[in-house]
Amino acid sequence: MSAILEIDHLTKRFGGLCAISNCDVKVEAGDTHGIIGPNGAGKTTLFNLITGIYKPTEGDIRFRGESISGFRPGRIALKGVGRTFQNIRLLKSQTVLENVRIAFDSQLHYSPLEAMLRLSRFGRAEKNSVAACLELLEPFGLADQAHDLAGDLPYGSQRKLEIARALALKPDLLLLDEPAAGMNTGETADLTEFLRWVRDHFQLTLVLIEHHMHLVMNLCDRITVLDFGQTIAEGTPEEIRANPRVIEAYLGGTEEE
Amino acid sequence: MKSLLDSVARCRWALPVLVAAGFAYALACESFPILNDYSEVVLVTVGINIILCASLNLVNGYMGEFSVGHAGFMALGAYASAIMTTKWLPASFFELPLGVLFGGGVAALVGFPLALLSFKTRGDYLAIITLAFLMIVKSAIENISYVGGPRGMTPPVLTTLPWTFFWVVVTLWVIRNLVYSKFGRAITAIREDEIAANAMGVRVREAKILAFVTSSFFGGVAGALYAQVNFFIDPKSFDIVKSTEILVMVYLGGIASLGGSIIGAVIFTVLLQVLQPLGTWRMVILPLILVLLMLFRPRGIMGMRELPWFLPARELFKRPKP
Repeated sequence: MSAILEIDHLTKRFGGLCAISNCDVKVEAGDTHGIIGPNGAGKTTLFNLITGIYKPTEGDIRFRGESISGFRPGRIALKGVGRTFQNIRLLKSQTVLENVRIAFDSQLHYSPLEAMLRLSRFGRAEKNSVAACLELLEPFGLADQAHDLAGDLPYGSQRKLEIARALALKPDLLLLDEPAAGMNTGETADLTEFLRWVRDHFQLTLVLIEHHMHLVMNLCDRITVLDFGQTIAEGTPEEIRANPRVIEAYLGGTEEE
Repeated sequence: MKSLLDSVARCRWALPVLVAAGFAYALACESFPILNDYSEVVLVTVGINIILCASLNLVNGYMGEFSVGHAGFMALGAYASAIMTTKWLPASFFELPLGVLFGGGVAALVGFPLALLSFKTRGDYLAIITLAFLMIVKSAIENISYVGGPRGMTPPVLTTLPWTFFWVVVTLWVIRNLVYSKFGRAITAIREDEIAANAMGVRVREAKILAFVTSSFFGGVAGALYAQVNFFIDPKSFDIVKSTEILVMVYLGGIASLGGSIIGAVIFTVLLQVLQPLGTWRMVILPLILVLLMLFRPRGIMGMRELPWFLPARELFKRPKP
């Protein structure tokens, strides 16, 4: 197996604050990789660096062997990096279908002139896009609500829609920022099964930030632990569970649920 | 009554029939003395305002920016076409269409760098930049003696009702096609959440350029038509007051709605004429009507909604009310 995502000596400073310092992460293709760490450890900053929202101060990010650090966010997304957000970022006044269609539009190839003059390639592409997006919504249980406003969906469905939307990009790498945030134990268990299905069905590499240890330990092949912007441990769930530094920094001796 | 209106609105063949009827009427007005000159000028003005409104709606409504420079594009279109018709082209049937296309082209060309500026700035700051752009255009024209400087130009009267109608239809058709394509969805996504749009693979820069260039092209087209109807254009006709008028029509009709743009342009233009006998009081009554309208309909008459006629057949789902 080869590494799909390599992060080398990555540093991000906001003025005097060092959010990420000299961080290394390596994600193998096909793996499910967990990123855990206490609040403020720099996990979301790491995602924002990978997806181009922030530019690294130092270090390099390689996706499938190609350096993507400094690329604009849209370009990185089109290379095959999908993501969801910790605070859901759906287009709330657009319908469920439209949310997915906008992401799926990256697969449509026609020029502005073809669109303005409604040439044949445009019509065909548009028609296929609606069908493909409805099909994509099906396994998420959202096909029936396709024409509802995204903002009107219940919270859990909004989380699912964000994942569906990211998948419409046809990514190779999917970054999930706290997919189980705000969910109870039962819902988290369902989500674990669902993510497993998504990973296998779409043949993705998953990287997820999560606080629910149950989900992380069940789903992930490897785990990276961040603290104060630094990698303090990396390994299989068993290794992480036994690592004294992790217990000290993160679990703090408390029993997990 | 309401259900009748509803069934007419859902009738797919009604729009082509209306367009054909409108065009036939416009041609008839040309050949027979159906309308007096005054009414014809008012109708042409309505048409020009619809074009202005729909094109500005692309940037201000669909993309959610706030451009106050639309009169600047209008000025560019007006002067470019006036140069074409008064100085370069011999009188012929093609004088007006060529002038209009040239006017739109020049405006689109200038719209491009403005789009580049919109990469870095948004909201209020972009509004200031478009205001500066408007001032630059105005004072530039004032200082070019080739186009008469502050004294203005006197282009020939070429804009006819059929030509105006033709350009209104072209504008609405092209903008509607653009809006209901991946580019239109990208433009709307930028309005809602630029960060999310990026994560969804939207080519933000491409979409912004497209919105600005298309909007300024049709702004220029409207300016060109305006120049050939009024006998006279001068830089003062294209100041911030003109921009404000277009803004009022856009927000009156409703943002992100072509149907709204038509309604806004018609109501504003006609009211301005109907209230003429009131003299100075017109400028009291008209703003009052606008204030009342905004109180009862803060999103404008058709804000974020669209006439079903304008939705492409594949987009005709049951839409939720916003």
